[in-house]
Amino acid sequence: MAHDFTSTGHHTSETVRTATSESRLARYGLIATALCFVALFLLLPLAVVFTEALRNGPGEFLTVLRDPETFSAIRLTLLVAAIAVPLNLVFGVCAAWAIAKYEFKGKAFLTTLIDLPFSVSPVVSGLIFVLLFGSHSLIGPWLQSHGIQILFAVPGIVIATVFITFPFVARELIPLMQEQGTSDEEAALSLGASGWQTFWYVTLPNIKWGLLYGVLLCNARAMGEFGAVSVVSGHIRGLTNTMPLQVEILYNEYNFVAAFAVAALLALLALVTLILKTLLEMKFSAQIAASRRH
Amino acid sequence: MRATSVSRLLTAAALAAALQIGSLGMAFADTTLLNVSYDPTRELYKDFNAAFAEKWKADTGETVTIQTSHGGSGKQARSVIDGLDADVVTLALEADIDAIAKGTGKIPENWKSRLENNSAPYTSTIVFLVRKGNPKGIKDWGDLVKDDIQVITPNPKTSGGARWNFLAAWAWARAANNGDDAKAQEYVTQLFKHVPVLDTGARGATTTFVQRGLGDVLIAWENEAYLSLEELGPDNFDIVTPSISIKAEPPVALVDGNVDAKGTRKVAEAYLQYLYSDVGQKIAAKHYYRPFKPEVADPADIKRFADVKLVTIDEFGGWKEAQPKYFGDGGLFDQIYKPGQ
Repeated sequence: MAHDFTSTGHHTSETVRTATSESRLARYGLIATALCFVALFLLLPLAVVFTEALRNGPGEFLTVLRDPETFSAIRLTLLVAAIAVPLNLVFGVCAAWAIAKYEFKGKAFLTTLIDLPFSVSPVVSGLIFVLLFGSHSLIGPWLQSHGIQILFAVPGIVIATVFITFPFVARELIPLMQEQGTSDEEAALSLGASGWQTFWYVTLPNIKWGLLYGVLLCNARAMGEFGAVSVVSGHIRGLTNTMPLQVEILYNEYNFVAAFAVAALLALLALVTLILKTLLEMKFSAQIAASRRH
Repeated sequence: MRATSVSRLLTAAALAAALQIGSLGMAFADTTLLNVSYDPTRELYKDFNAAFAEKWKADTGETVTIQTSHGGSGKQARSVIDGLDADVVTLALEADIDAIAKGTGKIPENWKSRLENNSAPYTSTIVFLVRKGNPKGIKDWGDLVKDDIQVITPNPKTSGGARWNFLAAWAWARAANNGDDAKAQEYVTQLFKHVPVLDTGARGATTTFVQRGLGDVLIAWENEAYLSLEELGPDNFDIVTPSISIKAEPPVALVDGNVDAKGTRKVAEAYLQYLYSDVGQKIAAKHYYRPFKPEVADPADIKRFADVKLVTIDEFGGWKEAQPKYFGDGGLFDQIYKPGQ
């Protein structure tokens, strides 16, 4: 973090200065710019969401969240995240492990492929699944004749979410694991550890902070995804609406307090995960420094 | 310690997921109907569903839960074609139900004649919503193409309401020019040059006008215009009824293929029939839909509807002809609407 900044010509005329400091004006200017930016684009919208949500007092805030349709949206969002996040956790670790620790043909291709959900618009991702599972697709009629409902039901929403949140864990881990190299694992193996033991006792502790960060990002997106989920949801009230979809519905029904209450809850869930992460980092700061992360 | 904490975390996550799936299963215990509807009917069907569930319980002792899905009419039809499991569809126009009939075969071709009044238990028309006091002095369709007027209307490709808007404008221009379709096309082309944003559904367009404050006039369903007055206070907006408008008939239909697969035919049929009952007609009128049988509705509700000269879709050769001609790929709307020009 240290500024490797050496003072240039015009600094010499001034009196006592540390080598790492800019002129006072520049320093305050930069700080003010950064703070304004944060206030304008992060704090202000957040404040608006919470003010609107609490406009009629905290009692109303809780009442609207207890509305059956809203409650079901909250439950569905948590369910989707509870399925999508562990799946992508396992996948992300596997993919990062394979890419960082082994050399194989098509590795560059696989790395690109993992990024695909980032580069495709979420709406298009949703449409992909409509084409894949819809009534007019290859497997659509088979699914229907067996009474399996994927599209416009919970499975479709889960699949779309898994697709969208696919890269988060892998993307976070690949550079970290590549940087750490394979020497720790080689040492463990040469001391007689099995492959599983090596992973569990050597690799996992090394990557766990990166992993945690990836999981948090993955979780935030899984709960917040709108575009792809909107396409495959069918918008059945109380059944296939997730929290972001419910926000839109409530807003469109002139139910502004309720819309912002759900939005606030969604923001709150994201904040909780961030706070959790900060707390863990504070508690284990020594370990994090040791694991050479960034 | 590290290893166990990770595994404990994983177990907890798996348990949470399993619990959720378990509790979700219980939601399917009762008979459920899915009504796939268009945008502005949210409030109408909220009331009507409650009334029907009560009646069904009283008549048969069975509990029925009615689920609804709302969106732009064309988009909703698309979802049903792609497999959304609707028992009944209550859409903005015939062409969308025709599309389902054609695309899936789950609705018979003659669906329109299976219920009274061409399967339209309520009708509506198209009016203007303007800012309070009508500062731009908008009285009729001709005023919408004046220089400084911005018009809000949704996209006719995805919204049923927008197609009624389009045809109502066309009908006025045609009448104003002694039946000259070329002049009418010129007028509608001009009109769409005054549209800064095309939303996908009627409700989206209303929020654009009402919440975001865009535009001088919203071309809207009569029921949608009255609802905005009710929800947002009459101090903000006025309704202007043009000299000519169109009789919009939003039809309803049973999705035979789905109800037979689910075994819900009886209750779904009763649901649609109930729309024509005194109770159904009263609820429609209360929500500013013009009921098929105005005599059974509350007279105070009926009095709210302005007298206006209404043309019908038959003047455009019916939906079977109008849909491809005006709104199909490469149709008149595609020729007229070229954003950014």
